[in-house]
Amino acid sequence: MAKGIKDKVAILGMGCSKFGERWNASPEDLMVEAYNEAMADAGIEPEQLDAAWFSTNMDDVGTGRGGTPMSIALRLPNIGVTRVENFCAGGSEAIRAAVYAVAAGACDIALAVGVEKLKDTGYGGLPTATVGTYIPQWYPNAVAPANFAQLATAYRRKHGVDAALLKRAMAHVSVKSHANGAKNPKAHLQKPITEEQVLKAPIIAEPLGLFDCCGVSDGAAAVIVTRPDIARTLGKKDLVTFKALQVSASNGWEMHSNEWDGSYFHTARIAAKRAYEEAGIRSPREEISMLEVHDCFSITELVTMEDLYFSPEGGAVKDVMDGFYDADGKLPCQIDGGLKCFGHPIGASGIRMLYEMYLQLQGRAGARQLANPKIGLTHNLGGQPSQNVCSVSIVGLEDV
Amino acid sequence: MIGITGYGGYAPRLRLSRKAVVEANAWFAPQFAGKAKGGRAMANWDEDSITMAVAAARDCLGTGEDRSHVKALYLASSTLPFAERLNAGVIREALRLARSIDAVDVTGSQRAALSALSEAIAKVQSSGGSALVLAADNRKTRAASAAELDYGDAGAALLIGSDKVLAKYLGSSSVTVDFVDHYRLAGEDIDYVWEERWIRDEGIAKLVPEAIAAALKQSGLAADKVDHFIFPTTFQKLEIQLAKTCGIRPEAVVDNLSLQIGDSGVPHAMLMLAQVLETAQPGQNIVLAQFGSGAQAFVFRVTDTIKSFRPKTGVTGWLARGVEETSYTKFLSFKGQLRLERGMRGEQDKKTALTTLYRHREAILGLVGGRCTKTGKIHFPPSRLSYTQGAPQLDTQEPYCLAERKGAVLSWSAEYLSFNMSPPHYYGQIDFEGGGRILMEFTDLSRGDVDSGTPMEMVFRIKDIDEVRGFNRYFWKATPLRASSTTVSE
Repeated sequence: MAKGIKDKVAILGMGCSKFGERWNASPEDLMVEAYNEAMADAGIEPEQLDAAWFSTNMDDVGTGRGGTPMSIALRLPNIGVTRVENFCAGGSEAIRAAVYAVAAGACDIALAVGVEKLKDTGYGGLPTATVGTYIPQWYPNAVAPANFAQLATAYRRKHGVDAALLKRAMAHVSVKSHANGAKNPKAHLQKPITEEQVLKAPIIAEPLGLFDCCGVSDGAAAVIVTRPDIARTLGKKDLVTFKALQVSASNGWEMHSNEWDGSYFHTARIAAKRAYEEAGIRSPREEISMLEVHDCFSITELVTMEDLYFSPEGGAVKDVMDGFYDADGKLPCQIDGGLKCFGHPIGASGIRMLYEMYLQLQGRAGARQLANPKIGLTHNLGGQPSQNVCSVSIVGLEDV
Repeated sequence: MIGITGYGGYAPRLRLSRKAVVEANAWFAPQFAGKAKGGRAMANWDEDSITMAVAAARDCLGTGEDRSHVKALYLASSTLPFAERLNAGVIREALRLARSIDAVDVTGSQRAALSALSEAIAKVQSSGGSALVLAADNRKTRAASAAELDYGDAGAALLIGSDKVLAKYLGSSSVTVDFVDHYRLAGEDIDYVWEERWIRDEGIAKLVPEAIAAALKQSGLAADKVDHFIFPTTFQKLEIQLAKTCGIRPEAVVDNLSLQIGDSGVPHAMLMLAQVLETAQPGQNIVLAQFGSGAQAFVFRVTDTIKSFRPKTGVTGWLARGVEETSYTKFLSFKGQLRLERGMRGEQDKKTALTTLYRHREAILGLVGGRCTKTGKIHFPPSRLSYTQGAPQLDTQEPYCLAERKGAVLSWSAEYLSFNMSPPHYYGQIDFEGGGRILMEFTDLSRGDVDSGTPMEMVFRIKDIDEVRGFNRYFWKATPLRASSTTVSE
C-alpha cells in the first residue's frame, strides 16, 4: 500500500451554514455563510488560497454546473475551482482533492466547499435525478428510501431478525439522532422524538417510515486545509490532522453477480479496512472516539456499524438497543444529529461530518461536547446499497 | 396436414366487478342494473395489446429457447399501441424470434385475428415452417356505456404449422361487406356504434351464416357434425340462434366467457378456441367465426395428437388466476380516462433515446444478458468486461436470455414516494436460477405477495409512458410465480 496521507495535512479552518429549509437563502448565500466562518477560523486572506474544490450534486436545482458558481459566489482570486460530484459522497471528494493537493506539495493552502439547495424543487424528498439514456430503459424508477429499505428485508432474512425487533432498533437509531440534534443550533431538525412516534409514522418505503428517513435540507460547509508546519506558522495549536481518506466504488459485483446478499455495503467494508490500515488503527471499536456516518436512513446507519467493524456481523441490533452508539454510550455516533437531524444538503454533507469531528476534537462543540475525544471517523456514502461510492475518513489530534 | 400446432391465451389478473361499475354509475345509467354480474378482465396500467400478445405467445410457445421454427408472425388487434412502428416487430424482439421472419400487423376490423389466421395458413401452405398468430385488444369505452361492462381485455395465440398438428385445418371462408355497425376514425379512442337491433338482425344474423355455410361447404362437413361452435358476441343468446340458423347443434355452442373475461374483441374467438382445445377430443369438429366488416369462418378437426400439447398456463389457468377488482376509479385511471393527481414527481421526463434503445434492444426487449464463457457468470446488462473480481474478462460474454427463467426476491421494498400508476411502487433485486441478478420493478401483486425468497417469473410490460412525445417504453418486470405457471430451471 502507498504511504497514505496520515498527518501530512491539517485543518486550518472550517465553517458550516445553518442547515434546514432555508427558503430565503440562495446556494450562493449558503456558500458565503460557510466560507466566511471558515476563513475567519483559519485567519487567512483569499489571496492565500492556492486552489479550491467545489462539491454540489444536483444539476437541475441549486447552482448549476462547473466551478464558476463557487468562484463567483465567493469572489475567489481567479484560482482553480473544480467541481466534483460523486452522488452524496461529493463533499468527501472535495476534501480529498484539497488534501491530496496539499499533501502533494502542489498547494500550500486549499479550500473545499460543498453546497446543496434542495428546497427549490416544490416537493418533499430528494429531487429526481437524470441517469443517462440507458438506465431509465430498464432500471426501476427508484427513489432512495426504497433502495435503502431493501437493506432491511435482506438483513432480516440473513440474520433471522424479527421484523418488529429490527423496526425498533431502527427507531432507536432515529430517536438517538434527534436527541443529539436537539443540542445543535445549526441542525435542521432540533426536536427530540419518541420510539412510539417513529413506529407510528406513515410508511415511506416498507419498512421505513417517515422518521427512518433523514432531513432534506439546504446548507453549505467549507474546510481549509494546509500542511501542519504551515498551520503552526500561522499560529494554530491542537491541530486536527487527516489520518486516512479512503474511497471505494462499486464495480458492479453487488448489482450483477449473485454473490452479494443485499444486507450490507461491500464498499464500506473495503474502504474501512483501507482507512484503518492507513491510519494504523487495529481495533476500531476501542480506538475510535466518535463517528459521523451516512445515516440517510436508519437502516443504513445500523448496518454501517457492522461494515465499519464496530459491531460484529449480525450484532448491530444489540449494540444499538444497548445504547452503545448513543451520546452517553461507548462510541457516540451522529453527535451533531447526523444526516437525520443536522440535515442532508447532499454536496455539503461530507464536509459537515468533518466539521463536527473538528469541533469535537478542538473542544468547541458546545452543549454536545464529548469528553476528551482523540480520533473521529466519518463515513460518507453516495448511490445506493447495490451500487455506490463509499468514503471513510479518519481524523484526529496531531499527536495521537 | 396443416393446422394448429400450438395454442395459448392470456387474461390480465384483475377482473373488474361489474357490480362495482353498475353501482358507481347507477345515478346516471340505471338501465345497466341487469348487467351487474361477474367481472370483466381489466388490463393493468402497464399492459397493452403488445404486452398481452407477448403473454399469449409465451403461453403458446412455452419456455424453450429455440423458436427458430417460427417463420412468420401476425399480430391482430384493433388497439395497436403504435400507428407507425411495427407492433409485431416489438413482439419479435421480446420473443426473440428469428430476424428473418415475416412480421405483420393486422387490424381494421373485429375479425382481424381470423384474417391473420388466413394469412398464416397460406404462409405455411406456401413456405412451410410455423406461423404464429397473435391477437390482443385493450379497448377503450365511454364511461357508463354498455360496452364498458361487456368488454374485457385479453390476448390469444395460435401456432400454425404442419408438424404435430393438434387440429387440422379443413376449410374457411370470408365475406367482406362494408356493414358499418361501428367505426373509429384514425386517432380516435372510442367506437361510434349504430343501433343494436340492426346490427344483430341485418348484420350478424345474415352475414355470419353465409360465411359459416361456405366454410363448411369447403370443408365437406355437415353442419350437424360440428362439436364446438365458437362465435363471440355481446348479444344475449345470439350464438345459439346462429347455430340454429346454420344447422349446428345447440349443445355445440361454446361459452363466450362473458362472466369471467367479457368480450375481448379481436382475440376473442381465438381465446375461446384456446380454451376449447384444452379439453377437445380427437375427431371433434370446430367452427369458429367472427363478425366485422363482413364475417369470416374456419373449420378445424381435432387430431389424435391433441393431448401431446399443453399451454404453459392456458385459458383455464388464467381464469383461475383472476383477482376481483372493485375500484372503478382504478379501471378508469388505467384506461387513461381519469387523470389522478400525480404530484410533481409525476412530471419526470420519460423521453426515450431511440439510438440507445436500438443499441440495447436485445437486453431491453428480449431480456438478454451476457454469459461469460470463461466463468459461466451471468451479467445483466451485458458488458464487454465481466465483473469477475480480480480478473475481469474481455469480450467473453455470449447472449443469455433471462426471460423464461425463474427467479427469487433477494431484497425488495414498496414505496409511496415516487409517482406510480398503481401504488405502492414495488421493486427489488431478483436472483435468477442459474445465475443473473436484476434490480427491477414488480407488477401484478397484492400486499403480502412478496418477501425475500419469494419465487418470481418475468413478464413483458410497459416500463414508462412518455405522454409528451407519445411513446411506450417496454421492459420486463417480475411477478410472483403463481400456480399453474412453469418455467425452465437448470
